[in-house]
Amino acid sequence: MATLKQNAALRWLTENPIWGFVVLIFVFFSLSNEFFFDMNNFQNILVQTSTIGLIALGMTLVMINGNIDLSVGAVVALAASLMVDIQSWDAFSGWGNWQMLPALIAALGVGTALGALNGIIVWKTGVDAFIVTLGAMLGVRGLVFVYTKEQSFFAMNFTFSDLGMSTVGPVPSLAVLFLIATVLVHILLSRTVHGRNTYAVGGNREAAVNAGIRVGPHMVVNFMIVGFMAALAGVTLSSQMGAATPNLGRDYELWVITAVVLGGTKLTGGAGSIIGTFGGVLAIGILRNGMNLMQVPAFYVLVILGSILIAVLILDKQLTRKGVEALKT
Amino acid sequence: MASARLKGIGSLLARQGILIAFALFLLGFAAFSDSFSDADNLMQVVRQSAIIGVIAIGVTVVVISGNLDLSVGSMLSFATVMVVDLHDKIGPVPAIAVMLVAVLVLGCINGFLVGVLKLNSLIVTLGMLSAIQGLTLIYSGGQNVDIADQEATWFSLIGRGSFLGIALPIWIFGTLAIFMHVVMSTTAFGRRVYAVGGNPTASVFSGIRRTHVVFAAYMISALCVGIAALILGSRVGGSQNNVGQGYELQVLAGVILGGTSLLGGSGTILKTVIGVLILGFIQNGLLLLGFAYYVQWLVTWVVIILAVWLDIAAKRGRLLSPIA
Repeated sequence: MATLKQNAALRWLTENPIWGFVVLIFVFFSLSNEFFFDMNNFQNILVQTSTIGLIALGMTLVMINGNIDLSVGAVVALAASLMVDIQSWDAFSGWGNWQMLPALIAALGVGTALGALNGIIVWKTGVDAFIVTLGAMLGVRGLVFVYTKEQSFFAMNFTFSDLGMSTVGPVPSLAVLFLIATVLVHILLSRTVHGRNTYAVGGNREAAVNAGIRVGPHMVVNFMIVGFMAALAGVTLSSQMGAATPNLGRDYELWVITAVVLGGTKLTGGAGSIIGTFGGVLAIGILRNGMNLMQVPAFYVLVILGSILIAVLILDKQLTRKGVEALKT
Repeated sequence: MASARLKGIGSLLARQGILIAFALFLLGFAAFSDSFSDADNLMQVVRQSAIIGVIAIGVTVVVISGNLDLSVGSMLSFATVMVVDLHDKIGPVPAIAVMLVAVLVLGCINGFLVGVLKLNSLIVTLGMLSAIQGLTLIYSGGQNVDIADQEATWFSLIGRGSFLGIALPIWIFGTLAIFMHVVMSTTAFGRRVYAVGGNPTASVFSGIRRTHVVFAAYMISALCVGIAALILGSRVGGSQNNVGQGYELQVLAGVILGGTSLLGGSGTILKTVIGVLILGFIQNGLLLLGFAYYVQWLVTWVVIILAVWLDIAAKRGRLLSPIA
């Protein structure tokens, strides 16, 4: 019985090798730095990674579908700009703190709409999602500059920036938000019809069509989810800073894709999980935080992250090959 | 009959769509802006496109072989910082030599990981993008570099000089484009690159060493980045650490606009050159018409998707995708 249990644990770890890595660096930093193993620091890590993490949740769905979304960084900037700008419009000046509501609706709505636009273009034209969202990445950034006229916005209502710092009990609200979102998307992916279809569409599109799944609308929904998540990340990021700049979110798409791939999601689609993505997000967060505490210059983090990304790819290739051989015997 | 003729027009549009779009943009800008069709202005656009163009030539070879190279942007930062920094320390010729060797080593790593280990090129070069960005910052310690006496060195001529009234970057861009076009369209190596990108399995069965071809493609891409870094470093006479940030996507936009399929196996160098020039002319034309510089991004968004869409639509014979 014990070996069975051991085997199950081992198999879980080979399916989610990133969690082995997370434990490894967690132990390493705990032993090598006195400030790392601290409840406040853990909360810090969660808040710091929540921006990338929220987007990564949506990106996981899109990537399991066999698509990709490169426009998320630009959507973050657009949502942040809308959120900070609209709440200071004169029209809402009498609303008190409720002036944040129309801004929030606008930011999340625009993010979701841009996701829908990407999805509909991918669906109707049949152009690869990489190209569609590469175009959107440039275009949405253009929209940000058109909207902001290259200006940064600052939130005059300090309640908004206080929200970014607020806590629920002892835990920061942003960390709670991220954890709740993680659980929700995990349930969506592993317990619902939509989740099952996500794997089916990514694994074998022809078969999914034959099984009666409406692939096009299905993909649009997932693009809307990632658009919504990117907009939500823009809102939380702007509330942390109390401001929005037009260059916000640059390179986020790269970080997010790194986190999702670290978590074991396949670019070819059909495989991946939220548990893995959560591990990938944590790995990046712990590495950045831990190396920061050890006063390693940020440059080295880039090199190490790049190397880890490639190492995970090599490891994954080896594991898959072993898996195939195991199936043969 | 009418439908046959329509089909004929459709396939002509599809085959030469990029040229037609090019012509339309040129005519449009020329009609609405007085200074656009000025010879000096046109030459300036080509000169400004030279850096992206030179990189795009290398990336086209990689894309035809069925892979991607996202690391060219940070490789450009790395190479530019290195050549500018070493220029004053060890002299121009050794600096150029060391820089070219360094980028070729990076190209080797890409080629090894994608060609030999057969890893996914998108992720490998994404990892390399971040790693090389870090390397650049480690190398320079986060400082910007520059050449102290820019007037005295012949190195400045690469980006600023001209020959027979045409700027040297244009000469480099043009020569490299023609050379690589001939290589890709007439040599056995070129045919192998198309074969590997078009059908990897079939190419292996016909005795082509996929590993070697992909490896060579990444070396070519790295070398092109090195040449672009010479132009950029010499033109500016200094360099920031993140000078190449975002170049990979502009380059890719040019390659895609030129009609090279990301699936590999199709595309030509000259069409990539036209794709890059279209982006350059859109940028220049919109500025001359008085739009803010960021409006070009919106136009690029529409142009890229339309270009690829029409290409695909012509191949499948219907406008909309058959996906349910």
